[in-house]
Amino acid sequence: MKFEHWFFNATPGSGFKPSWLIVAVFLIAYPGFSSDFFTFQIGAYSLILGTIALSLMMLAGYGGMISLAQMTVAGLAGYLVAILGDNSVGVMGLGWPWWLTVFVAISLAALFSAFVGAISVRTEGIYTIMITLAIAVALFYFVRQNYTIFNGFTGFAGVEPPTTFGVYWRNPLPFYYLCLAIAVLSLWAVFYISRSTFGLSLQAIRDNPRRMRSLGFNVAAHRIFAYFLSGIIAATAGVLMVWFNGRISPGSVGVEVVIDILVIAVVGGLRHPVGPFLGAIVFVLLENFAIDLIDRERFNTVIGLALLLIVLFSPDGLLGLWRRARQRLSAARQTRLAAGRATRDGGSESYNSLSNP
Amino acid sequence: MRQFIERHTFWSIIIVLGAAILLWLLLAVWPEWVTNLLGRKKTFVNTLLNGLTLGGLYFLVASGFTLIFGLMRNVNLAHGSMYLFGAYIGYEVAEASGSWFLGLAIAFLAVAASGVLMQVLVFRRMEGDDLRQTLVTIAISIIAADLMLAIWTGTTYQFAPPEWLFGAAQLPIVSVIRSSGEAVYIKYPIYRLAVFVVAVAVGIALWLFLNRTRIGMMIRAGVNDRDMLSASGINVQLVFALVFGIGAGLAGFAGVVGGTALSIAPGEDVRYLLASLIVVIVGGLGSVPGAAIGALIIGLAEQFGLAYFPTYGVVLTFLIMVVVLAVRPQGLMGGQWTRR
Repeated sequence: MKFEHWFFNATPGSGFKPSWLIVAVFLIAYPGFSSDFFTFQIGAYSLILGTIALSLMMLAGYGGMISLAQMTVAGLAGYLVAILGDNSVGVMGLGWPWWLTVFVAISLAALFSAFVGAISVRTEGIYTIMITLAIAVALFYFVRQNYTIFNGFTGFAGVEPPTTFGVYWRNPLPFYYLCLAIAVLSLWAVFYISRSTFGLSLQAIRDNPRRMRSLGFNVAAHRIFAYFLSGIIAATAGVLMVWFNGRISPGSVGVEVVIDILVIAVVGGLRHPVGPFLGAIVFVLLENFAIDLIDRERFNTVIGLALLLIVLFSPDGLLGLWRRARQRLSAARQTRLAAGRATRDGGSESYNSLSNP
Repeated sequence: MRQFIERHTFWSIIIVLGAAILLWLLLAVWPEWVTNLLGRKKTFVNTLLNGLTLGGLYFLVASGFTLIFGLMRNVNLAHGSMYLFGAYIGYEVAEASGSWFLGLAIAFLAVAASGVLMQVLVFRRMEGDDLRQTLVTIAISIIAADLMLAIWTGTTYQFAPPEWLFGAAQLPIVSVIRSSGEAVYIKYPIYRLAVFVVAVAVGIALWLFLNRTRIGMMIRAGVNDRDMLSASGINVQLVFALVFGIGAGLAGFAGVVGGTALSIAPGEDVRYLLASLIVVIVGGLGSVPGAAIGALIIGLAEQFGLAYFPTYGVVLTFLIMVVVLAVRPQGLMGGQWTRR
C-alpha cells in the first residue's frame, strides 16, 4: 500500500457539534476575563500537561499501549532546547537559532520515542507499563549523573522562548494562545490519525494483534510508528513546558512527574482525546488550590485518592462519569415521558413506581 | 543438570570456567598484573560480597512481587510501599519492645495482613482487569507514600541488629601478604553476611513450600491454569489471599532486613519497587528461580557498577534490562506464563 493511501486517507468525522463552538469561544475569550495568574499558571499549564497526556491517550486509547515514557520524551525535548539553544547556566547552550533548535529537539525526542516503542513493542499490557517505567527512570538517572551534556543534578535554567514578530512569547497572553494553538493542533492531529487508515489498523491491532498479523499487517511497525507520532506531540508539549518553566532539571523527568501524566490521562479518560485535557485541568486546579482544602503537604494524598476513586468507580475516567450521568438523565427523561403518557392513560400506579426507582 | 550440560555444552563450559576464575580470584593472593587490571583485591572482594548481599535483599523483595504476579497477573506497584511500611513498623516495634526479632515478626504479619486486605477489598472486585489493578496499586502507592511521610516525616531512621549480629567477621580470604610475611585477612560485617544467608534460606523455604506442600501444588496449578484450578473445587480466592499475604509479608520482612542493613527513608519505596521491577523483568515474571537469578545479576551489577564506573553505575542495571529484553523478552527464566 502506498504511504499516501495509508496515512492521508481518512474517513470523514462525525460532524460538527454546537457544544464545541461554546467551548471554543470560552477558550479564546478565557484570558479576557481571567487574571495573568489564571491565564498562565492555570490555563497554559493545563494545556501543556493535557497535550502530553494526550500523547499518552493516543497510544493507550488507539494502540492499547500504556507508556510511562511520554513525560520522558517531553523532558528530553525540553533538555535539547536548553542544550542546543541558550541557557544561563554556562553548560552547553550551543546558541542555535530557535527554529532549528525546536525542530531538532522535537525530531530527536520523537526518534527517542520510536526507540522506546521498539524496545517495548514485543511486550503487551502491563509489561509495557513496567518497561517504559524502567526506561523513564533510566533516563532520569542518566541526566542526573551526566554533567558534560545534561549538567547533572542542577539541570538548566534561563531557557527563554524567542521573541518573534515583536512578541515576547513568555508573556501570559501570547503564551496562552501559543499553548492553545498547539493543543488544538495536536487534538486535531489525533482525531485525524484515529480516522486514517493507519489509525484504523492501529485500533484493529489493539483489539486483535494476532488476526492483524495473519492478515499481513506489520504489527510492530504500526506500533513503533504510533510511538513516533505520539512522540512528536509529547515533544512539542515538552518544548512549551521548558519555555513555561524557564528551567529543566532531573526532577522534571522523575518518577513522580511521569506517574502524574498517567494519573492525568486516566482521571480524564482514555477513551476520547478530550479526556486528558479534562484531567489536566482538574489536576492543575487541585495542585494550586488543594492548599485551601487541606494542608499543602498532603497534595499527593488528594491526587492518589482521586485516582483511586476514579479507577474504582469509573474505569473510563471523568468523561465516562459525564457520559453515564448524561445517559441516566436522558433515560430518566424518557421514562418520565413514558410515565406521563401512562398517567394520561389512567395508570397512576406506574407513574409512582417509575419515577422513584 | 546432566540434561543441561548435554543441551548447552558450550554454556556449561563457560559457566565452569567463570566459576573457576572467580574461585581463583577469591582464594589466591593476587599477582601484580591482576591488581593492575582490577584494582586492589580488598575492593574487589568487598564489592563482590556487597553485590551478593544486595542481591539477597533484592531477592527478598522481588520474590513476593513475582509470586503475586505469577498467580494473579497482578503487577503490584505498591510493593515498594509495602517494603517501606514493613521497615517503619519493624522500627517502631523494635524500638518499643527492644527486640529486633519481634520487630521482624510483627512487620511480616502487619504487612501480610495489609496485603490480604488489599486483595480482599480491592483486587477481588476487578479480577481479570490487569490494567485497572495496576492503576489501583499506583494510587495506593501514592497515598501510602504520602501518609508515611506524614507519620514518620522525612528523617532517616536506622536501627541496630541484635548484638551477636553486630561487628565484622574475619573471612578466610587473604587480601595481601605484608612484607613481614604476615597475611592480612579481609573483614566483612556479619550482619550483611546474615542477610545473604537469610535470603538463601527464604529462597529454599519458598522452593520447598511451592514444590513439596499441598498448598504449594495448588499455587503452581493456579499459575499454570487458574480456571482449571477453581473448576477442580478449590477455593481460589483463599489461595489468592494467602499468596498475596505471603508476597506482601515478604516485602515487609525485607523492609526490616534491608532497613537494618542500610537505612529507612522516604523514597526507598520507589527504589525497591524499581529494583524488583528490573529483577523480575530480567529474571522472568512469575518465576521464583528467575527472581533469584535476576536479583543476583542486578545486585552484582549495581555494586560493581558503583565501584568501577561510579558515574554511570546506576544506568548499568537498566542497560542489562534492555539487553535481556532485546534478546529474551520473557526474561531469563520466564516462559511458563506465556504459554497460557
